[in-house]
Amino acid sequence: MRLPRRRRPAGPSWPEFLARRAELAQDPPLAGFFAAGTMAPETPIGEVPMVALDMETTGLDERRHAIVSIGLVPFTLGRIRLAERRYWVLRPPRPLEAKSVAFHHITHSDIAHAPDLDEILDELLEALAGRLVVVHFRHIERPFLDAAVQARRGEGLLFPVIDTMSLEARWHRQSPLARFRRWIGRPPASIRLYDSRARYGLPVYSGHHALIDALATAELLQAQVATHFSLETPVGELWT
Amino acid sequence: MDVELLEIRHHMGRFPPFDRISDELLDELASQVDVAYFKAGSDILVLDQEVHDLCYIRSGAVEVYRRGGELYNRLGEGDIFGHFSLLRNRRVRFPARAMEDTLIYFIPESVFYQLCEADAHFADFVEVERPRLESTVEQDKKQNDMMITRVRKLLTRYPLMLEASTTVQEAARQITEAQASAVLVLDAPSDTPRYTFRDSEGRAWQVTGILTDSDFRKQVVAAGRPADTPIGEVTGHRLVAVQSDESVHEAMLCMLRNNIHHLPVMHRRSPVGIVHLSDIIRYETHSSLYLVSNIFHQSSVEGLARLTPDVQEAFVRLVEEGADSRMVGSALSTIGRSLSRRLLELAEAELGPPPVPYCLMALGSMARNEQSIVTDQDNALVLSDDFDPALHDDYFLTLARRLSDGLAACGYPYCKGDIMATNPRWRQPLAVWKRYFHDWIQAPTPERLLHSSIFFDLDTVFGDNPLVEELQDLIAEQAPKHPLFLAAMARNAVNRTPPLGFFRTFVMEKDGKHNNSINLKRRGTAPMVDLIRIHALACGSRAQNSFDRLDDIDRTQLLAPGVSDRLRYALEFLSMSRIRHQMIDLQHEQVPDNNIEPENVSNTERHNLKDAFQVLSNAQKFLKFRYPMPSRSR
Repeated sequence: MRLPRRRRPAGPSWPEFLARRAELAQDPPLAGFFAAGTMAPETPIGEVPMVALDMETTGLDERRHAIVSIGLVPFTLGRIRLAERRYWVLRPPRPLEAKSVAFHHITHSDIAHAPDLDEILDELLEALAGRLVVVHFRHIERPFLDAAVQARRGEGLLFPVIDTMSLEARWHRQSPLARFRRWIGRPPASIRLYDSRARYGLPVYSGHHALIDALATAELLQAQVATHFSLETPVGELWT
Repeated sequence: MDVELLEIRHHMGRFPPFDRISDELLDELASQVDVAYFKAGSDILVLDQEVHDLCYIRSGAVEVYRRGGELYNRLGEGDIFGHFSLLRNRRVRFPARAMEDTLIYFIPESVFYQLCEADAHFADFVEVERPRLESTVEQDKKQNDMMITRVRKLLTRYPLMLEASTTVQEAARQITEAQASAVLVLDAPSDTPRYTFRDSEGRAWQVTGILTDSDFRKQVVAAGRPADTPIGEVTGHRLVAVQSDESVHEAMLCMLRNNIHHLPVMHRRSPVGIVHLSDIIRYETHSSLYLVSNIFHQSSVEGLARLTPDVQEAFVRLVEEGADSRMVGSALSTIGRSLSRRLLELAEAELGPPPVPYCLMALGSMARNEQSIVTDQDNALVLSDDFDPALHDDYFLTLARRLSDGLAACGYPYCKGDIMATNPRWRQPLAVWKRYFHDWIQAPTPERLLHSSIFFDLDTVFGDNPLVEELQDLIAEQAPKHPLFLAAMARNAVNRTPPLGFFRTFVMEKDGKHNNSINLKRRGTAPMVDLIRIHALACGSRAQNSFDRLDDIDRTQLLAPGVSDRLRYALEFLSMSRIRHQMIDLQHEQVPDNNIEPENVSNTERHNLKDAFQVLSNAQKFLKFRYPMPSRSR
């Protein structure tokens, strides 16, 4: 399926963009998040504090669907800090469609007593502040968070991310070899999270749980950097 | 416990030493780990860097080196490293490098020390301060209560769970589809928090009951309830359950007390499975006790032969339950003796009673009660002195053949050295046996010495005991008086040396078949048993079992203080190692042998083996010195 590509803010670099948002933000927690800013694009990736983020949603369109769970794990290239993990189940504002129940395992009754995103947003922002967010497939996490925060606080939430899936696509979809393979009619390599992990000898985890998928994403990035980059690679080459 | 970490918890719970720690500590452990990925060829621990974690290999392979850079060990999934440094000065003593792409779980030192404090087994596993061999053997002994198997071991699948509002018809359909025989009934949590848990999405539930196959018969069909009755209406109100770290034995008692066949198993308040009475029975029937009684109920050789898999099963069970080498040896010897007895009983029933009294003698490991799962038959018949070959030998030859063929059918191969009662030489009246033994002791030749080392472990299996007891007396009286015999035995016993240099270069057995392995019997337990036998013969002991012989030797001044304990530990460790590797073979559906392969040797085991081989080597040196060849003056 094709998803609408979101344009990233044209013009200013990420540090400039975040600094500007910090000035303009009305909502104190949001202002705080933006004020924490981000590292300069030339910072070596080995020195960057990161946080792997994953969400389960009721569907793929942020205008019609909602977030039902969020998992995150802070990490660096040296260590993934599982002890500092966070996990929330949320109550979406719109009623769940029966279709989406099959998509993940969270059902109507699970979320009856769950908080709204608004109640945990400050905690979430605090966990993300000052860290570079890492996701697998940025077209879920970023637009969903942006739309959900916009609806609740009247202003959006955009920030730079490293997308392990688009990194994987660089080697397995866009590289000359990958194109040649496609041209001779070979199926492209899968860049889904668990298929990508297998290429680096990472173990099989049972997927579709926001926290375990966040952990799996953090491990994948460590493996990708160890294989294709170095600790010195400037973060600007990796984020989008 | 966060359900989301089951993934990690479950993996660690499969490997030692974590497989024996309590559920609670396992939860704590899983929630505290750090994770890191290492590309093949990259350093994980660098010499002298500070360490603050225990490293656990989640996937991949790691090489550990000595200070000088030579290879010290190779580790794989589920192995730990870094504990030496944590227990010393927190500086890396053995650098480590990833051989393959590797994922490491780092266990923070705080959790590591907490585990050492809270769990003696864990502490022993990583402990290196105490003499290693001693602490290993001691710890295995401590684990020796047969009640240790936890009920979680019997669980093969997650329980089927349905909400109380589900109709009985839908529940029946789901149970059938899942090929289960029971379902747990869930409801919204009530005021009593008993068995209230959160599922993987954080939703709270309470297990309110269990619905079994028989409930459908009693509560639904017999009671004439319609198919749309909610299952909540037909389940009882009192749920009986056990915790997953309770023993199997406890679970069985719980079923008996409450007269139930299905028992839900909980990890704290969360359901993790349902144990059925048949699971427990299946588990219990693999015990050696049950097997022995079963042997005596068989009425044919075919019936006995069908029990062979059960023998292996019983062996694996014993080892898994933490039996020591004496328990395993005596259980297997008892099984072997029972088979022999039953075969002779069946033969006698067919051939008629024996014309003169006789006794079947066990030799070698069976006589010592040290039998292993890899063994061939050694047996002999001692006949009454009224024996007349012309009249009686047909009977006894047939009897011996029945025994020998029967044992072969039951998985005890024929003896390559022909030490079997089918050989006329080993089917003789008592007087002839006495002459044999006299000759062997008074004028040892290489062949006679070989026989001495087999026949001087002897015991009654079936028949007229006094016949064999007289022979035991003869050996105990004569052997100490013949220094030449003892010296010759001693020289023979030190021919098979332990492999001392197998750390840097894993010694190969030069038989072509097993490259890169050590024959633990030939290079370990057998020479150890030989040297203990010589000391026992020298002090006139009538004991057959090596440990009993050491007890007898202790009553004399033969060995320096502390030596016999070291021999005990070394023999125990070598025997257990051999047993464990045979179990690994069986579990991998390979034919068990006496070889150990380096890839199956853990770090700790390798150290202990080295210690044990050193003890054996020292004891062999002493043997030559203690039983010198008498000078041939005059």
